[in-house]
Amino acid sequence: MKLNRRAFIGTATAAATLSAPMLNAQGKPRVVVVGGGAGGATAARYIAKDSDGAIDVTLIEPSRTYYTCFFSNLYIGGFRDLQSIAHNYAKLASDYGINVVHDWATGVDRDAKTVALAGGGSVPYDRLILSPGIDFVEGAVPGWDLSAQTAMPHAYKAGTQTALLKSQIEAMPEGGTFVMVAPPNPYRCPPGPYERISMVAHVLRDRNPTAKIIIADPKANFSKQGLFEEGWNKHYSGMITRIGPDFGGENVSVNAATMEVDVDGEVIKADVCNVIPVQKAGHICEAAGLTEGNWAPVDGHTMVSRMDENIHILGDATNQGDMPKSGFSANSQAKVAAMAVRGALTGSRVFPAKFSNTCWSLIDTDDGVKVGASYEATDEKIAKTDGFVSQTGEDAALRKATYEESIGWYEGITSDMFG
Amino acid sequence: MKHYLVALTLALAPPGAALAEEVAEALGDAENGAKVFRKCTGCHQVGPGASNRAGPHLNGIFGRRAGSIEGFDYSDAMDRAFGDGLVWEYDQLDAYIENPRALVSGTRMSFRGIKDPQDRHDVLAYLREFTANPQDIPESAPTALKREVELSPDVLAIVGDPEYGEYLASECLTCHQSDGGDAGIPSITRWVEEDFVVAMHAYKQKLRPHPVMQMMAGRLSDEEIAALAAYFADLE
Ligand SMILES: Cc1cc2nc3c(=O)[nH]c(=O)nc-3n(C[C@H](O)[C@H](O)[C@H](O)COP(=O)(O)OP(=O)(O)OC[C@H]3O[C@@H](n4cnc5c(N)ncnc54)[C@H](O)[C@@H]3O)c2cc1C
Repeated sequence: MKLNRRAFIGTATAAATLSAPMLNAQGKPRVVVVGGGAGGATAARYIAKDSDGAIDVTLIEPSRTYYTCFFSNLYIGGFRDLQSIAHNYAKLASDYGINVVHDWATGVDRDAKTVALAGGGSVPYDRLILSPGIDFVEGAVPGWDLSAQTAMPHAYKAGTQTALLKSQIEAMPEGGTFVMVAPPNPYRCPPGPYERISMVAHVLRDRNPTAKIIIADPKANFSKQGLFEEGWNKHYSGMITRIGPDFGGENVSVNAATMEVDVDGEVIKADVCNVIPVQKAGHICEAAGLTEGNWAPVDGHTMVSRMDENIHILGDATNQGDMPKSGFSANSQAKVAAMAVRGALTGSRVFPAKFSNTCWSLIDTDDGVKVGASYEATDEKIAKTDGFVSQTGEDAALRKATYEESIGWYEGITSDMFG
Repeated sequence: MKHYLVALTLALAPPGAALAEEVAEALGDAENGAKVFRKCTGCHQVGPGASNRAGPHLNGIFGRRAGSIEGFDYSDAMDRAFGDGLVWEYDQLDAYIENPRALVSGTRMSFRGIKDPQDRHDVLAYLREFTANPQDIPESAPTALKREVELSPDVLAIVGDPEYGEYLASECLTCHQSDGGDAGIPSITRWVEEDFVVAMHAYKQKLRPHPVMQMMAGRLSDEEIAALAAYFADLE
């Protein structure tokens, strides 16, 4: 089997050449990427593309279909179908020569420089890139753990969870109650919960206009708050109530069996309850001993782990500084890491890291807003250099143009990830 | 990179005291402007009874939002400029008539542009006569001042490093599709190098209105803009 042969050759060579890049049978250095999402797919593609075959790239990703979290709220709102946010790895394999291995990485042997696979065997690397996204901190919302995710979906990893939440919303009884338990900072996609609220309200306004939406929120403030609140007043007046920390929004427990949400002693009976739990780096980071607290610290110049110079970590899993956890950020970081990895393995030129991010959100039909910033690497962190945000009171043409721009961005980033 | 001259106007904060003097000096020669305007009359009318032809009428052009005349069939690019909130103030008009594509890349206005800064200044002085807020009314700030800074030949002569450009360009491709698709976000493949440099400087100097692009271009050095232009020029 291909993998075993590699594993064998890799180990044999590792003993001979300790610091220089390992060479496989074709004499190529090896990069292994764990996670085929916004960070991992982009990194794998850029390394394969820009090294012109000089680097052997393996991508480890359990799913054959990647559903983007970005635009998954628009699917809930009825603006996209599920198929339109589904992507596969066929082109990465056929057009870029990436070895795509559909399996889970279960551990990293940092001394031997190998990644263990759930299906058995291991894959050797010269450089490892981890972009596993997030996992949830179970029990952080008392009463919620992964066994409750069918009754109370998170829909914060897209796919079946998103479809489940959508069908629950559509099946709500007339005048029913939708409750969101919003997460504390930091978490994936800062405006994500509030864009979701907008999309849920959009659906309910048409199907179930007497329904209520309640957000229990541990945060005093949230991303694009002024814009969302303006939009909610304008489009969904009276539907949405947010309970912030002043009113007990941080003191929440749930009971998935009875569908009850306890907010600071007051029990709400929910018809649909979307629990977005406290988050941490994808488990593989912790398994590899690369985390500090919930996240994996990295050096922004190259996205290299602060704990292992042969491992780069991207995207949501990292603690890097000022960038929000977004697909745009992960994609931007992947390009910096790809350049650094190529530089280290093949001596190609390395330029100073530049990062950027823009997050678009849809509030209602043709009412799009955005927030964005640019960043550069300092020795301590990735630091924000400049930024902008949509303004309240913008006219309809600008909001429509902003929404249309987000559609263009979606096409751009997904082809940048998957070819 | 080829040598060429672009007089891109830069809106600098006017020092208060010098203002009145400069306004007086900056009026421009409307009479000469009327002559220069003959280049435009094939498509544009201005003055009493002016109507839309191949191009929209130009009455009240100062302070008008780009692409905003009801019923006129604008190009997609001009519709996008409308969405982005481009407003025809002095600096925008000046940049546009100098090189239409510098400001609105896919404009249907197939016009080489007026390279002579004085001619542009004069034709704008002429057009201003048909706008309700001419510059000689003191409180009509937006159209009044013109401070011109040319992109120096040194800047324009910078030879871009295409390898650096390739890395920098990866940042563009998060939004701009590499296959040239242009739904929602314009295509940036197969651009003429000059147009690219001018457009990026126009964002950098906030003449073009889009906030994402103002931010992206704002932090690019002259060398980096040249590097990007060199990379995109070489792209098949
Ligand atoms: C509702 C919602 C809306 C959002 N909207 C936007 C938006 O509009 N714009 C934006 O920029 N971002 C948005 N985001 C955020 C964005 O989805 C994430 O920030 C982005 O996906 C992070 O990329 P990543 O590579 O870190 O992780 P992911 O994209 O989650 O990729 C991680 C991959 O790693 C795989 N994996 C995990 N563990 C292992 C393992 N042990 N072995 C092998 N593979 C593994 C997973 O299967 C997964 O495919 C949104 C998120 C949500 C939830």
